Amino acid sequence: MHMHKYEKIWLLFGTGTLLVFLIVVGISAFYMGNQPPSCAVTLDPEKVDSTPPFDETGLKQIGENEYQLTIVASAFNYDVGNKDKLVQIPKGATVHFNVTTKDVVHGFELVGTNVNMMLEPGYISTYTNTFDKPGKYTLLCNEYCGTGHHLMTATIEVME
Amino acid sequence: MLKSIRSIAAADAKLTMAHMFVAFTALLLGATAGLLQTLVRSGKVTLPAGIGYYQILTLHGVVLGLVLTTFFIVGFVIATQSKTAGEYSSKERKFAWIGFSMMTAGVALTATFILLNEASVLYTFYAPLMAHPGFYIGLTLVIVGSWVEGFVIFHRHAKWRKENPGQRTPLLSYMGVITMLMWQIATLGVAATVCIQFIPWSLGFTDTIDVLVSRTLFWYFGHPLVYFWLLPAYMCWYAIIPKIIGGKIFSDSLARLSFILLLLFSIPVGFHHQLTEPGIDPFWKYLQVVLTFLVVIPSLMTAFSLFATFEMRGRELGAKGLFGWVRKMPWKDVRFLAPFIGMVWFIPAGTGGIINASNQMNQVVHNTIWVTGHFHLTAATSVILTFFGIAYWLIPSITGRKLTAKLNKLGIVQTIVWSVGMAIMSGAMHWQGLLGGPRRSAYSEYAGNADTAAWGSYQIAQAIGGSILFIGMVIMLVIFINLAFFAPKGQEEFPVGTVADIAGPTPKVLENWKLWIGVTCALILFAYTIPFIDIIQNAPPGSPGFKFW
Repeated sequence: MHMHKYEKIWLLFGTGTLLVFLIVVGISAFYMGNQPPSCAVTLDPEKVDSTPPFDETGLKQIGENEYQLTIVASAFNYDVGNKDKLVQIPKGATVHFNVTTKDVVHGFELVGTNVNMMLEPGYISTYTNTFDKPGKYTLLCNEYCGTGHHLMTATIEVME
Repeated sequence: MLKSIRSIAAADAKLTMAHMFVAFTALLLGATAGLLQTLVRSGKVTLPAGIGYYQILTLHGVVLGLVLTTFFIVGFVIATQSKTAGEYSSKERKFAWIGFSMMTAGVALTATFILLNEASVLYTFYAPLMAHPGFYIGLTLVIVGSWVEGFVIFHRHAKWRKENPGQRTPLLSYMGVITMLMWQIATLGVAATVCIQFIPWSLGFTDTIDVLVSRTLFWYFGHPLVYFWLLPAYMCWYAIIPKIIGGKIFSDSLARLSFILLLLFSIPVGFHHQLTEPGIDPFWKYLQVVLTFLVVIPSLMTAFSLFATFEMRGRELGAKGLFGWVRKMPWKDVRFLAPFIGMVWFIPAGTGGIINASNQMNQVVHNTIWVTGHFHLTAATSVILTFFGIAYWLIPSITGRKLTAKLNKLGIVQTIVWSVGMAIMSGAMHWQGLLGGPRRSAYSEYAGNADTAAWGSYQIAQAIGGSILFIGMVIMLVIFINLAFFAPKGQEEFPVGTVADIAGPTPKVLENWKLWIGVTCALILFAYTIPFIDIIQNAPPGSPGFKFW
């Protein structure tokens, strides 16, 4: 097929850039471990309340400044283990999120962080984040779940 | 009084116009819903009479994302096929009308249940939110109707080939076939989930639904859906614009090759919409990310060809230097201006798309209003401005009327109004998304923390942009109605580009459908078989339906 010389240069340059880009993304994912949340553990979505660890929601210390935070989402609520829907953690804490939903699909987004994942009935979603900056972080639902979707929220406060 | 001369057979014109009436009615409804959404989210307005925010959001997505686009595209391809591959036989036309009637009946059914508030599930209808069965049955009718029309389009192309053995098929006809072929293959996924999962479940024949299977089948369809919107715009950019500017198509074979590549790399890529989901192995997510990015190649080819066409024409008219051609373009011709502005918008739009699909970076923007900003640049600017640019000549050309100087000027105003409105609205959406603002959400102050409180001004900006866009929509409807009913009778060109002399012959292999359909299927099987089996084998217990609205 006839191809203009300039077009060959253009495509060679473009494809080369693309290759570099994909290799960088691949190394980041498979060598450095920056994979998107892809937990494969399942549970019965109708028995969430009696399935560990979701029978006991909230913050649990598991190491030095290392925590497990178990949260159950349902329309239109995040059960973070207390009525104030406020989780307080010290600065520099590493938090392992363990989250699932009891009913429909929900989102799980912690504003201003990389914690952003889908919650689907029957699946556990996990992600680990280290909180270096103090302040209040809003947890919110970013997948439509019904009329109260925009009211689904909680706060994670990183203390000095 | 001038004589009315149509560019295609009257019966075919009638068929196309029927699609256009549905499409522009959808524009009216959908853009009005869009305005209301931006107003509600500004926090200054509440909807009257118990109308729900998510109800109008569902309406907005369904009538613009599915109805306006599909009807416009099918109508447009029906017309280009009639123009380049010959008038339809009465039998073909009959089938096309059957398809159109099914689609329209489906739209009416689906819209009814949305308006009755029985289906506020948004246009992605994610399980286990369960709408009224009528909502799903209506959508099925739209899809099956479009298949019938697709087969009519294929049949016309095949007929032309038979009647002109050994000849290269008309470029627009070839492109129309690829557009509908991509649609047929992609909609198999959504048809499967709706017919096998949603309809029996919503009718109560099955108790539960497998959520991840339904989402995977939906996104198998969801990404090629956006290329299905884009391909007709590419048809205009590649094969119609050159004629409008008085130039030639840069290369017939490269145009065909880029359409083939888009077909191949549009479908086995749905996981890039599911990157943050549990239950899918990250290896397969990455593999589909790689396949997603291969569309960069036909996109670069397209950019090169288009600007080569502009430059060749500019030099023909005496332009000198690198950018001399810019001054030689017919800026005052809306048939050129509107699609050109659409092309320019595609540069930031495509860049945003690269960010979205970038395996890890997706996590920063996933389900934020950045994504909404993104597809309002791609679909609602690049594609729709090109569709408007097509409508300016297509409507008068097939109805035997003229695009008057006054309507041309109004079209230029429309293009500017739309661009300004979208720059404000989509720009604010992108920024708010980077700050974490979620998509698909009514006004909320959340927990009252400082991070979410910072979003207020962006939401006001979106309402301002949305209001400007609403004005743009009204102007477009005024133009459409004028072109369809009141513009003076006469003859308007149906621009079909011809290929430049310097372009080489087109390789025969590009018309080998068995080969390309085979490669498409092989790629789909490669990207989906193992993870799909995985999803089914490791499935958790299914979900009952919920109605949370």
